[in-house]
Amino acid sequence: MRTFSAIVITALFAAAGLAGCGEKPNVTVYKQGKYQGKPDNVPWQGAPFNNNQVEWEKAIKARNNGQNEYLRVGS
Amino acid sequence: MARMKFLCDAERCIECNGCVTACKQEHEIPWGVNRRRVVTLNDGLPGEKSVSVACMHCSDAPCMAVCPVDCFYKTSEGVVLHDKDLCIGCGYCFYACPFGAPQFPQDGAFGLRGKMDKCTFCAGGPEADHSAAEFKKYGRNRLAEGKLPACAEMCSTKALLGGDGDVVADIFRTRVLTRGRGSEVWGWGTAYGKPETQRPPQPGAKS
Repeated sequence: MRTFSAIVITALFAAAGLAGCGEKPNVTVYKQGKYQGKPDNVPWQGAPFNNNQVEWEKAIKARNNGQNEYLRVGS
Repeated sequence: MARMKFLCDAERCIECNGCVTACKQEHEIPWGVNRRRVVTLNDGLPGEKSVSVACMHCSDAPCMAVCPVDCFYKTSEGVVLHDKDLCIGCGYCFYACPFGAPQFPQDGAFGLRGKMDKCTFCAGGPEADHSAAEFKKYGRNRLAEGKLPACAEMCSTKALLGGDGDVVADIFRTRVLTRGRGSEVWGWGTAYGKPETQRPPQPGAKS
């Protein structure tokens, strides 16, 4: 009976000691979901650009540079 | 293709709320929803700083990651948009967003929370460009008109810059070099400091 108890206690200690070895990584990794909604089109598809991407990019670039007053007034 | 970004120069912002007004007016935003707002730090004290905050259209947007119905998408210009027909108004994106961008209109006697509303970089949504449905749900689509966001274009001191990230960064760099101070760009690192998609941790690497 004493031998059996010793074996049980040893087994419990061994199980408790080994439990720490099973730790899994806890670092969260964001997994981006797959979009489930309606598809969107590109901004230059409709009027006034009518699929002319170059013209659209030119218009956006002009607006972009318009924010730089050093360019506008010529420093 | 250009990656669209916002940058607010705290040295220039005078807390006029012109950007907030421009946004509200442009998209006819209902009362209680603020797609853009101005935050002032150390208000009333010498050296107070104001920053105009809205959705920053993050490189690795946390709202996209937490959305349970996957209603977010990113356009080829790097603008983070969402489909309101899918949104269930759960509010997860609000908790995930470091800028407090997602807004929820409240309606009815019990303050029922509606579908999420946020800055669209004036790029509308997945409805047909310039359609009535797009305007009603997402506001005006200025990007499809070849224009930049109304808030940035309306800014009187040009503190708020919006557009192609490279151009915006160049403008800001020129300013900092000219004035010799104020190189801090609040929110820039949080929004654009991470790559487009987060890499999984390497085995054995520290967290």
